[in-house]
Amino acid sequence: MTTSTDEAAPSTFTVPPALAVRADQGMRLNVELTTRLLHGFIREEIAKVGYERVVVALSGGIDSALTAYLAVAALGPDRVRAIMLPYRTSNPASLGDAHRVVEALGIDYRIFEITPMVEAYTDWEEEMTPKRRGNVMARARMIAVYDQSEAFEALVVGTSNKTELLLGYGTLWGDMASALNPIGDLYKTQVRQLAAALGVPQAILDKPPSADLWEGQSDESELGFTYEQVDQLLYLLIDERYSAGELIAEGLGPAFVQRVHALVQGSQFKRQLPLIAKVSQRTIDRDFLYLRDWGR
Amino acid sequence: MESRRQPSSLVAPRRQPHCKLGLAQVSPRLGDVAANVEMHLAYIEQARAAGVDLLIFPELSLTGYYVKDLVPDVAWRCDDPSWEPLLAASHDLPLLVGFVEESERQQFYIAAAYLEGGRIRHVHRKVYPATYGIFDDGRFFGAGDRMRAFDSRCGRAAVLICEDLWHPAAAVIASYDGAEVLIGISSSPGRGTSESSPDLDSALAYERIGAFYSQFLTCYVVHCNRVGYEDGISFFGGSSVFGPDGQRLAHGPYYEECLVTAELSPVPLRRQRSRLPLLRDERLDLTYRELTRIYRSHYDLP
Repeated sequence: MTTSTDEAAPSTFTVPPALAVRADQGMRLNVELTTRLLHGFIREEIAKVGYERVVVALSGGIDSALTAYLAVAALGPDRVRAIMLPYRTSNPASLGDAHRVVEALGIDYRIFEITPMVEAYTDWEEEMTPKRRGNVMARARMIAVYDQSEAFEALVVGTSNKTELLLGYGTLWGDMASALNPIGDLYKTQVRQLAAALGVPQAILDKPPSADLWEGQSDESELGFTYEQVDQLLYLLIDERYSAGELIAEGLGPAFVQRVHALVQGSQFKRQLPLIAKVSQRTIDRDFLYLRDWGR
Repeated sequence: MESRRQPSSLVAPRRQPHCKLGLAQVSPRLGDVAANVEMHLAYIEQARAAGVDLLIFPELSLTGYYVKDLVPDVAWRCDDPSWEPLLAASHDLPLLVGFVEESERQQFYIAAAYLEGGRIRHVHRKVYPATYGIFDDGRFFGAGDRMRAFDSRCGRAAVLICEDLWHPAAAVIASYDGAEVLIGISSSPGRGTSESSPDLDSALAYERIGAFYSQFLTCYVVHCNRVGYEDGISFFGGSSVFGPDGQRLAHGPYYEECLVTAELSPVPLRRQRSRLPLLRDERLDLTYRELTRIYRSHYDLP
């Protein structure tokens, strides 16, 4: 896996051994309990709103593969539909890996190439950065998966893990859009543990993580650290409530801690609904306080 | 609702018949009280068939847990006519149910009512509304201001609602008030798993509480916890009963609706209290004097 960037050597991102062990042990899941919790979550939270089925966008990566495995275990193969949404620059191996998942699970699937949909817009723009193009692709996929959910009378299951949600490493209203997300409280490290335990194909477990938005893209080279490293740091910061200052005092690289802290803080808006200006005595999401499961 | 004056725990336990306790590990619908009354009645039927003598429902079993702004919509006063089907059922099966209580002064509490013989015999208001992390009780509810034991079909009992169990002072007061059965009822969210433990972190805490209180207060400790999900938060079940020697007598499954039963008897209670006379040697006078001193000092009283 790629760990180096121009700015910093890999060692900058190393978590001191004692803390790394603490974080790794803290993140190790009881697989049986966790899967029971997540199966019940999928089953009950879709049934409460009158649905029986889900649709999941399969990229060929580990997050959406695990999500599909959990959904099938919760609902059975007949109630889960996969959709694969390749773009012309997508790695062909990704589609192959998605095929492994649908074959292993025995679920219905469809393939829609988003290239014409994306390029109808990107060709109209004179300049288009890779980041903008990637966001357009993620949002084109959102349109397709939400429309399929309507056709299949299903809810969209999200595939964003806790690491990328915390780092803001996702497209708002794109791959971050879903009706319910079973893996959003699992770090990438935990996704890997659970995926391996549930039998996700080895080829998917072994390959380097990639958003596959452009050729040769790698999450870890783009982020500048490995998921293993950042998960240890995030676990200590978020779950164990260490302060950034405490972690630096314990020997973590200040640049690493400060960069990750800034990513988490800077992406808080991505984890919330849009701000509503308070005008009245009672405002949605402010002092109009009902759960989504209100009456269910 | 005021409980009558009762003899202190220093008096030997009265003779009670053997008693089969039922713990309804249910999944209430959030804010749908009518549906939840029906669910209670279905469990009452099931418990009758199983020969249960006292049926316990979890915290806020009539309303669901995260009621938030639904509080005034789902609250019942103790004289609310809606109690009727449950009061009728309590003629032959005493019940402990969780509800939102509205007081005569329009204050709202997380509460539990003990129904027997067609009447509400005792109400406990949650003394420690949990207000941290995922809990927001204190924003929507007042705090109860009394911790009282009462006479139930299964012996002298006291109710502790969820967070009440986490405060040993509440259990100790109940014990001083003669409780032979501590009845904990919860809507406890499942959280924290680790590879090295077969239990959720939150479940493990209740196991420790049950084992510790039962052994050192030499009493039965019951915990009835709900199941189901509210906005992605799971309630783990795992309801349990501990005997007066600290041994677990019954344990419900995680994440499944079910009726858990256990036999309570005055015989092991008497045997354990004879063998280990911790209650006999309790120092109510010392506790009272020292707490009075601390109380006065804390509030700068003369």
